[in-house]
Amino acid sequence: MVSLKKLSEKPELLAPGHRLCAGCGASIIVRQILLAAEHPVIITSATGCLEVATTIYPYTSWRVPFFHSAFENSAATIAGVETMYQVLKRKGKIQRDIKFIAFGGDGGTYDIGIQALSGALERGHDILYVCYNNGAYMNTGIQRSSATPMGASTTTSPAGRVIPGKKRFPKDLTGIVAAHNIPYCGQTSPAFYNDLIAKVQKALNTEGPTFLNILSPCPRGWRHETDQSIAMAEEAVTSCFWPIYEVEDGEWKLTGYSKRIADGKKEKTSVIDWMKKQGRFKHLFTAEREPILKNIQKQVDKEWEVLKRRCGY
Amino acid sequence: MIQALSGNAAVAYAIKQVNPDMVAVYPITPQTVAMERFADYVADGEVDTELIMADSEHSALSCCVGASVAGGRVMTSTASAGLALMWEILYVASSNRCPIVMNVMNRALSAPINIHCDHSDAMGARDSSWIQIHGENVQEAYDNIMQAVRIAEHENVRLPAMTNMDGFTLSHATERLETLKDSEVQDFIGEFKAMYPLLDVENPVTYGPLDLYDYYFEHKRQQVEAMELTPDVIKKVGQEYGNLSGREYTLLHPYQMEDADIGVVVLGSTAGTARVAVKAMRKKGVKAGLLKLRVFRPFPKEEILTLLKGLKAVAVMDRSDSFGAFGGPVFSEVRSALLGEDTEVVNYIYGLGGRDIRQDQVEKVITETAEVGRTGKVKTYINYLGVR
Repeated sequence: MVSLKKLSEKPELLAPGHRLCAGCGASIIVRQILLAAEHPVIITSATGCLEVATTIYPYTSWRVPFFHSAFENSAATIAGVETMYQVLKRKGKIQRDIKFIAFGGDGGTYDIGIQALSGALERGHDILYVCYNNGAYMNTGIQRSSATPMGASTTTSPAGRVIPGKKRFPKDLTGIVAAHNIPYCGQTSPAFYNDLIAKVQKALNTEGPTFLNILSPCPRGWRHETDQSIAMAEEAVTSCFWPIYEVEDGEWKLTGYSKRIADGKKEKTSVIDWMKKQGRFKHLFTAEREPILKNIQKQVDKEWEVLKRRCGY
Repeated sequence: MIQALSGNAAVAYAIKQVNPDMVAVYPITPQTVAMERFADYVADGEVDTELIMADSEHSALSCCVGASVAGGRVMTSTASAGLALMWEILYVASSNRCPIVMNVMNRALSAPINIHCDHSDAMGARDSSWIQIHGENVQEAYDNIMQAVRIAEHENVRLPAMTNMDGFTLSHATERLETLKDSEVQDFIGEFKAMYPLLDVENPVTYGPLDLYDYYFEHKRQQVEAMELTPDVIKKVGQEYGNLSGREYTLLHPYQMEDADIGVVVLGSTAGTARVAVKAMRKKGVKAGLLKLRVFRPFPKEEILTLLKGLKAVAVMDRSDSFGAFGGPVFSEVRSALLGEDTEVVNYIYGLGGRDIRQDQVEKVITETAEVGRTGKVKTYINYLGVR
């Protein structure tokens, strides 16, 4: 367990004054990660909200080394940085321990960056890749990605008279990453800072490639009040839309609240109730579209059961 | 030392002698063999280099950019579609002032797929703020790599450099070449000097910020200035390399231009064929000369003007086309350098997709250009040589 008091004594490495929206999950996630890090870190970021809002020249919010190269290559870029570190350390030109973290949104990770991510994971770089997953291309104005939930209205999967928002369920990126047989990966949510920080520390202290998929509420894209972001991130977990778990050396383990649900200590909430609080799903709440909602609930239940089985339940 | 090496083997040997901190690469014909040979050096512990076999050329160059910004010496190699796939990151590399050296085995672009030589790949990258040097033979390809390291890393430059050589014609041809001793190479290139390295966690820097209308233009202008400072560096490094190896280099290499009436401008391995053609035409009484353009970026417009002005006519041979433009890329720029001069400049597009270029074809170019010089009349500015 991390102590909030202790964390509050650590310096803020992401300076205030950046231009991320009120209620943005990304800055909360980044701050939790930087607080979790026990060594100096070097960051790369894919093009996206996080990058454009924290590095508007001539300003930067980053009090740690930061490099944004392009959209699809955050993983390849951190791989290059980490490799240079290994060489220079071997040659005695660098002595200290440094950790390497790549950020990408779901667009930069699930879609355009998946090849570079897969390559970096397979090659075994000593890096942590973090996908801050807000479920669409939010930076460019809420276009659908392969992480967008079924039924969500985005600007490229709009809720029309005929088509009720996104037609497909998101792909299981964490499962795809786990299939690379890397030493550590998992999912978490900023609503459970203990879980998030513990996973980041575990990842950074693991040798080799590690990955965390972190749900990142977006008031602009999800259409909820800015003070509801953490509540959204919490209910995503309690409804099992976004279970929190980890895969350590091939062993799947539910963690925190998700484990308590599986253990029967907490009640699983309704995904439809969670959706009801977000404007991106509001077009689904009509009598004739009720089957869609039921289908989504069914799918979430099914995926939860599959995950529980993987985790030994 | 005198060795017989294929172009690919010479590239691998040159990179081995440079012994960079990191090489990231992806296999593509016709440069694959260079990376296979280099992987042998790595596997046998003959270099200190960390070799990344990336998942694509896009990732390979992204790794290179990350490693270069981190603060070390980085090299790579590619060709054709690989260079095309790198296109986005070419600009990221140069704009972040990464002195990466990349060998390009020039090859045609798809479609239709074709593995043989032309210069479409390099010409597609000509505006990307990379230094572009072309080698005529395996010896030059080797020598260019050594010099490119010095040029790219010079504090007045800090731009990436592309050493070009003709795919198959050079990559798969075994030639005699003189190589330097490892110690001579190391003394020549010196220690890599990192500037604002990302790995300096005590002094954190942000690379690659969002840079809008209020600063972007100035940053691009700085790249222009770096390019403007590059020719002097290329000349100095070329002289120094001459002192070391006996082979001196500069921006362009004229042959029999002193008293020439007619000039032929070429890049790459065709210079050898053209030299023989010039010699043959001289015997027939045509005062032809050859201008081998070694450095295409930065484009040596002053030197070209000095060498070509006053000539009766000039033929520029382009091994790539610029579809929809008025002539190939080398033609456009040479003609632009001669703006306001009386010299007529004509263009011959040749050798696309590895189509052979023969001595008699270059002689035909010289004969036709001499006719332009004699009559002052141009029948066609843009000619296609050797196409059916």
